[in-house]
Amino acid sequence: MIRPQDLLCPKPEGLYCAPGDFYIDPVRPVARAVITHGHSDHARAGHGAVLATQATLDIMAERYGLGFAAAQQVAAYGEAVDRDAVAVTLVPAGHVLGSAQVVVRWKGLTMVVSGDYKRRRDPTCAAFEPVPCDVFISEATFALPVFRHPADAGEIARLLRSVAQFPERAHLVGAYALGKAQRIIRLLREAGWARPIYAHGALERLNALYERHGIDLGPLEPATSATKRDFAGEIIIAPPSALQDRWSRRFPDPVSAFASGWMQVRARARQRGVELPLIISDHADWDELTGTVEELRPGELWITHGREEALARWAELHGVPARALALVGYEEEDDD
Amino acid sequence: MRAFAELLDRLSLTASRNAKLRLVRDYLRETPDPDRGWALAALTGDLSFSAAKPAFIRKAVEARMDPQLFWWSYDYVGDLAETVALVWPRRPGANREPELSEVVEALRTATRPEVQRLIEGWLDAMDEPRERWALLKLVTGGLRVGMTARLAKRAAAEMAETTRVEPAEIEELWHALHAPYEDLFAWLEGRSEKPSSDNPGRFRPVMLAQAIDEAVDFAKLDPAGYAAEWKWDGIRVQLVHEGGVRRLYTRTGDDISRTFPDLVDALFEEGVIDGELLVLRAGPTGNQVASFADLQQRLNRKAVDAKLMARYPAGLRAYDILAEGRDDTRTLSFAERRKRLEAFVARQASPRIDLSPLQPFASWPELAGLRADPPPGDPQVAEGIMLKRWDSPYEAGRPKGPWFKWKRDPFLIDAVLMYAQRGHGKRSSFYSDYTFGTWTEGEDGQRVLTPVGKAYFGFTDEELKAIDKYVRDNTVERFGPVRSVRAEPNHGLVFEVAFEGLQRSGRHRSGVAMRFPRISRIRWDKPPGEADELVTLERMLAQMEGR
Repeated sequence: MIRPQDLLCPKPEGLYCAPGDFYIDPVRPVARAVITHGHSDHARAGHGAVLATQATLDIMAERYGLGFAAAQQVAAYGEAVDRDAVAVTLVPAGHVLGSAQVVVRWKGLTMVVSGDYKRRRDPTCAAFEPVPCDVFISEATFALPVFRHPADAGEIARLLRSVAQFPERAHLVGAYALGKAQRIIRLLREAGWARPIYAHGALERLNALYERHGIDLGPLEPATSATKRDFAGEIIIAPPSALQDRWSRRFPDPVSAFASGWMQVRARARQRGVELPLIISDHADWDELTGTVEELRPGELWITHGREEALARWAELHGVPARALALVGYEEEDDD
Repeated sequence: MRAFAELLDRLSLTASRNAKLRLVRDYLRETPDPDRGWALAALTGDLSFSAAKPAFIRKAVEARMDPQLFWWSYDYVGDLAETVALVWPRRPGANREPELSEVVEALRTATRPEVQRLIEGWLDAMDEPRERWALLKLVTGGLRVGMTARLAKRAAAEMAETTRVEPAEIEELWHALHAPYEDLFAWLEGRSEKPSSDNPGRFRPVMLAQAIDEAVDFAKLDPAGYAAEWKWDGIRVQLVHEGGVRRLYTRTGDDISRTFPDLVDALFEEGVIDGELLVLRAGPTGNQVASFADLQQRLNRKAVDAKLMARYPAGLRAYDILAEGRDDTRTLSFAERRKRLEAFVARQASPRIDLSPLQPFASWPELAGLRADPPPGDPQVAEGIMLKRWDSPYEAGRPKGPWFKWKRDPFLIDAVLMYAQRGHGKRSSFYSDYTFGTWTEGEDGQRVLTPVGKAYFGFTDEELKAIDKYVRDNTVERFGPVRSVRAEPNHGLVFEVAFEGLQRSGRHRSGVAMRFPRISRIRWDKPPGEADELVTLERMLAQMEGR
């Protein structure tokens, strides 16, 4: 009798696949790793061999230098790669450019590690593909019924309305450097914002990388290129930590906006001094998390980083056996 | 409802007054009647419901979802209305989203059981948490979005595009208007005449004084042209008895009649009196002013009983008359009004009302001497001196020239910076709110600092930058937006703190609370060990109480 825990089990380094001898998103250096996506808490430097999508490998090389791992192997979406007796397939997760779910097949057992994912459309990455499976291992970053992300177009419209309403002020949008920033820029372009968008220096290389992968971000300028007065009426994108940093003082009376799923909770916005919270997340919200479980109807649901207990409770109430894996080392990434 | 929800959402996170004005002004310009009128009434506090109690809302949501999941959600968010707004399950196609006016009109007429069904139906119909949050705020009473009635009225004045409307005009009109204010908006948009303000018992916008600039102004002012009065440390109010209506208003036009029944009935003649609300107790030579702390016992109360009124008797110290009988006296000169006021107050013969005396003086230096060393009695606890030009009419707002306030010099102490907190809005990248302390003896006999107050203004932008840098370079610990700063006898930052007075306080560890503390100087040169002791404050307090 084959048990799921014989195929994948949690270890201090991360989720381990014994029959294939590899870890998924290990938080410490290991011999063989499969990486779901390029966020730094999932993709770390110093592994022996790394299997990931081309975009994820590119992102890691951009962040850590070309020698981030001893060996790299590209897996195209949907293409099975053998790791000893185990077939590994990367499938789009819809989280950021290059993000993947890891589908692991062994002796007739299919397990899917969602990595970080979302279900709604994102113009900067491939859409999540549901894969029927015996065990679905889900993230749970926003696994509380309070997290119900509104339509992103509406949030972008709120931003543009504020820009029109306060033309003498700069709008400073805090957005995670990988994925969120580029998505915000694309959404602004889709909403018709054709002016140059000013980007904090920390975003430049990732913006360029997205453009190399065919995502047109339109005219971008470094946020240092204009004098204070010229930023009036402009939109500047910066990593969240820069919002309250001394860096932000160069802008005229900035409206501080922050694009994150955490902005759903007012106390969080208030605590950070955010004047215009934009609820835009690269993670599945409560309805997407539960909807995905409902759609896949896996034999078992395993839950990793985030609010495991609430999603487990929901799964039990809906007849899906669930267990929390309590993996450590993943941050509430938007919340830096 | 969507636009109103968006407005509340933005107001609740916007610190800047000008930005709030812009948000409300734009909303009023873009929203049709009657929605905008109901919104304005909600913002000014003239419309408030208590249609739903927290228990009902909680029960309604628990009927729709797993109580355990609700509990975890509530525990995470911490605010009931917000949690419910977020977790309320969508019912696609349930109903059409209601307009604000539909909600208001239904709430005004529905019976209690009907109201509960209505609220549930609206929540089902609403698509976004923001709207559900706004609805819940509206039905549970009290928007609490950091908006004052006065600011909302000013925003209404600013929505006029073709004519210039002074906020005072709206304030004077206000009590003659009724939500949803269609006549007001018609006037503001230039579609009709100004509505009539002839409404007995209405509030008249008050005249305010400018702070005097000692270095510049005295050289230009003739002492013979001005009357001087003491500036009392109470609350500026307007007592109205007109057309049978009796009212007591704050200087912003809030009706506080119900809180001060002992004062509202004090005028037997009709008239409108401008003066200071104080706790006044009978002394050997007429009324005697009690401390501001005593007055605080009477403020912000919904209900008052005879015991409280006996213990803290409210009184009015009158300094101007705006109407006498049916005469509007505001166009008369101050000298003229003063004569009428003196006679009017004398005729009322009420122990609850007395006259704010004029302080005779011949020259500015003489007055300066009196200000520094006031004569015995109530002037000892005055906040300073008011100067009023004898020939000035009563003008709403803060006109330049006719009235000046000349505050007493503040009290000063040297205190040590202990904690710094990030500011808001423009200052969110700065540590701009400072908690400072003075030395006292700790449990083990060591000298330790104990916090005595908090200040967030009094410094220039340049100084703010320098203090911010100091805080960042000398942080000991961080707690969220707060940093504790190194504060040792030989290492730390000393502020000269100015304040207007001291009160005993059970809420502060030091036992004293400062009134209007601000940073008057930054003592980069002074070692913290030489800053003041808590005993110094205690001595000052004893002196103020003992006068």
